[in-house]
Amino acid sequence: MGVSAGFAVLAAFSLLAGLPEGVLALPLGPPWGAASLALDGLSAWFLLLLGMVGACTSLFALGAPPGPARSLPPFPLLLAGMALSLTAADAFLLLLGLGLAALAAGALVAVEHGQAEARMAARRHLILAALAAGCLMPACGLLAGPAGAYDFAAMRGVPPEGWRAGAVLALGMLGAGALAGQLPFAQGAAPGHAAALLSGAMPGLTIYVLARLLADLCGPAQPSWWGLPLLAAGAVSALLGALQALREEDGQSLLAWAGIGHLGLAVSGLGLALAFRGADLGALAGLAAGAALLQALGQGVFMALLVLAAGAVAHTAGSRKLDRLGGLIHAMPVTAACTLIGVLAASCLPPLSGFAGAWLLLQSVLAGWRVGFIGFQLAAAAATVLAALALALVAAAMLRLFGMAFLGRPRSPRGAGAHEVSRPERWAILLPAGLTLLLGLFPGVLLLLAEPALGVLTGRAAAPVRDLALLAGDRPAAYAPLVLALVLALSGGLLAWLLRRRSPLAAARGPAWDGGFIAPPDYLPFGDPLTQPSASGLAQPLRRMLGEPRAARLPSDSTPRLRDWLAGRVGWLPGLTARQGLSLGFGTLVLLLVLLLWPGGR
Amino acid sequence: MALLAGILTQLLHLALMLATAPLVLGVTRWLRARMLGRRGASPLQPFRDLDRLLRKRPVLAENASWLSEAAPQAGLVACMAAAALVPSFAGGMLLAPAGDLLVVVGLLAAARMALLLAALDVGTAFGGMGAARAMSIPVLAEPVLLLCAVSFAILAGTTNLDGIAAAFREGAPGLRLSLALAGAAMLVVALAANARRPVQGPGSLAEPAMLEEAMLLESSGRHLALWEYQSALRLTLWLSLLAALLLPYGMAPAGAGPFAWLLGLLAWAAKIGVLCLALTCFEGASARMRLFRLPGILGLALLLALLAAALLFLGTGPA
Repeated sequence: MGVSAGFAVLAAFSLLAGLPEGVLALPLGPPWGAASLALDGLSAWFLLLLGMVGACTSLFALGAPPGPARSLPPFPLLLAGMALSLTAADAFLLLLGLGLAALAAGALVAVEHGQAEARMAARRHLILAALAAGCLMPACGLLAGPAGAYDFAAMRGVPPEGWRAGAVLALGMLGAGALAGQLPFAQGAAPGHAAALLSGAMPGLTIYVLARLLADLCGPAQPSWWGLPLLAAGAVSALLGALQALREEDGQSLLAWAGIGHLGLAVSGLGLALAFRGADLGALAGLAAGAALLQALGQGVFMALLVLAAGAVAHTAGSRKLDRLGGLIHAMPVTAACTLIGVLAASCLPPLSGFAGAWLLLQSVLAGWRVGFIGFQLAAAAATVLAALALALVAAAMLRLFGMAFLGRPRSPRGAGAHEVSRPERWAILLPAGLTLLLGLFPGVLLLLAEPALGVLTGRAAAPVRDLALLAGDRPAAYAPLVLALVLALSGGLLAWLLRRRSPLAAARGPAWDGGFIAPPDYLPFGDPLTQPSASGLAQPLRRMLGEPRAARLPSDSTPRLRDWLAGRVGWLPGLTARQGLSLGFGTLVLLLVLLLWPGGR
Repeated sequence: MALLAGILTQLLHLALMLATAPLVLGVTRWLRARMLGRRGASPLQPFRDLDRLLRKRPVLAENASWLSEAAPQAGLVACMAAAALVPSFAGGMLLAPAGDLLVVVGLLAAARMALLLAALDVGTAFGGMGAARAMSIPVLAEPVLLLCAVSFAILAGTTNLDGIAAAFREGAPGLRLSLALAGAAMLVVALAANARRPVQGPGSLAEPAMLEEAMLLESSGRHLALWEYQSALRLTLWLSLLAALLLPYGMAPAGAGPFAWLLGLLAWAAKIGVLCLALTCFEGASARMRLFRLPGILGLALLLALLAAALLFLGTGPA
């Protein structure tokens, strides 16, 4: 707890007071290169995130009922591993830190090793961790070049070219994907505070690894298309994560997939930043990189908040299944209010912290046409659609989470017996809720703090900020959260005054009207459960409108399904519904435009 | 001086939006009734309804939480803030620099979230059904809206509403096919966002068509008045937004005097009237479709918006 708060203070202090110069050489490491630590803008930004998340989760761990003794040591080890990889100044320590974090997380996932599910999750987690290491290690090797210099300063001196650059890009993306892919398995099985640390800090760590490897170490001279794979991967994973979040009926898994959705948005911001940097659009690159950084920071804090709250719910209401919860807003008022803040922030609503990152991201996607190349412009338009779809889907999934767990009537006797959590746990949930409000109101200050990181990412440190408002474009569009909060407060005050004058009667209580439905019999103390929406029922119209999301299934069973689907669709054209016809038309239009314009747009 | 004019126009604008919202609702209802051959209630009827509802004592369900009390006001406050940011009769209002299209969309999403939370609060069948339906619509509508924003951003160079209106008013982009396509897509989004005709009849209490009404079954008195007022304000806001983006003519430019404001006011009233008439004609002439036809309609709008953006991309290429 003290250590992680120390990280936060150290990072905030170094961002405020200027970064420490040089690197700290450690008297250890492999024979071919001394291990060294350094804290530049990028490291400090993500260390700040790790510190905030670590402080909240450690506080929660203090108040939560103690688990078995074997769950105690991996938690600080996880924190230390993450911090080590964030502050490493050479590839060896970076990988060592990642490995340490992966092992500790694996141990935490396997804490309940009596259950087959937890063993399975731990196994999948370790396989993915090994995959991540297997991709990132050769990527670092390629970056080190023939000289075999593994410290970052030397790596920057020899940026990769030709096929080596392409291989680094592919391996880095694959490795980061494997890092992020551990989340849904790890988060479902780990104890509450560890799951919160993972879901809060792991996406940030993924973004850090991507930014460090692909934006910093590969040098600023990479071409514009360099960002395109990242943009595409980010937008697609945002959509898939959000779709899967809509299907999940387990609170923690829902949050994990929503986290993948948010992470995808941040990754596409990073991809856009690289593309703009390659096209010499410095200001726009700053905008997109700022979007990625703000999104990562905001996401870390509100996801930690939501996962902590889900952990609190799981241990007082006895279940994580949405279909066994309900009505907790009465039993757990503080947790419910904090969760509501987190849910609104995760739905990217103004003026909370999710909206600032999403606004910057959408602004930079909207400016994607300035890369004067028709293929990229169409990709940016498609990314706009995907990002908007993902944002709306995540909002729907978040509403579903809050509506099922906290609103309505209890769905099980155990859930009805829930009570408010202990005082340290409450503080541990209040702390990130307050941080979410604060980060939402002052994104401008944050971006000014992020200037060194923007400098590392885009080569010029100028945050798109004026008077604490975020700005985009040369005829600037602005997002001013403080002004917005003032307007909201003033109109709220005006409305409250008017209502007090015109409508003074206090509300009375009566039985629910429910469209005239008869009162339930006595043996159903919480009403007829069938008259309440279920977790899958709440998502049903949306899933029906979108068509069953085939792509969101796990890849293990998708190949035979694809084959069956193709086989079943021979002679399908006359039987298309309007929606299928339209999506076919949409796809064909995009394809034709790309084909037609490819040579002309160069 | 400019600051004073900005403050004055901002206050006038907000008062105008707040005061005309029930009138817009009343006028559309009256026009619809006339079109169906009925006499119809006076266009001022929504004011009387709201006053009556405000004076009644609201009844809450036994297991309603504080959300049911707070959500109507929170939703209306978000909607009011959005309405303050959308230009109506004059440019250069005090909050014009903060009036970004995406921020307005975000505020409207916040207002919708308040409604959805209130619908789920009591845990009734209708509330859940309405919320499940209502949360699907923005998923389909927001991509279209954002794709339209791409076109506006290319044509006007910004997503600031005042900036877009000024750029279009000065005729910088001229009459363009892409603007027409994006405008058509925006109209569809506006219909979907206000739960209007192709899939939903306003005020219908038949289960297959219920959307907002299903979510409001548990609210009464003051809370119902606030929700209904919010719905009217949202309709006015959307009409005003369409007028500012697609028909920005006659709006008083920034720094103009009271005479230009008066002209702008008249032009705004005429534009809103025309849009109301168009809305009623459309609703009178079209039959209600199933809710699940909505993806098809919005998919068509998405195609139009994509075509608009692609045409513009052709124009911006280095060739």
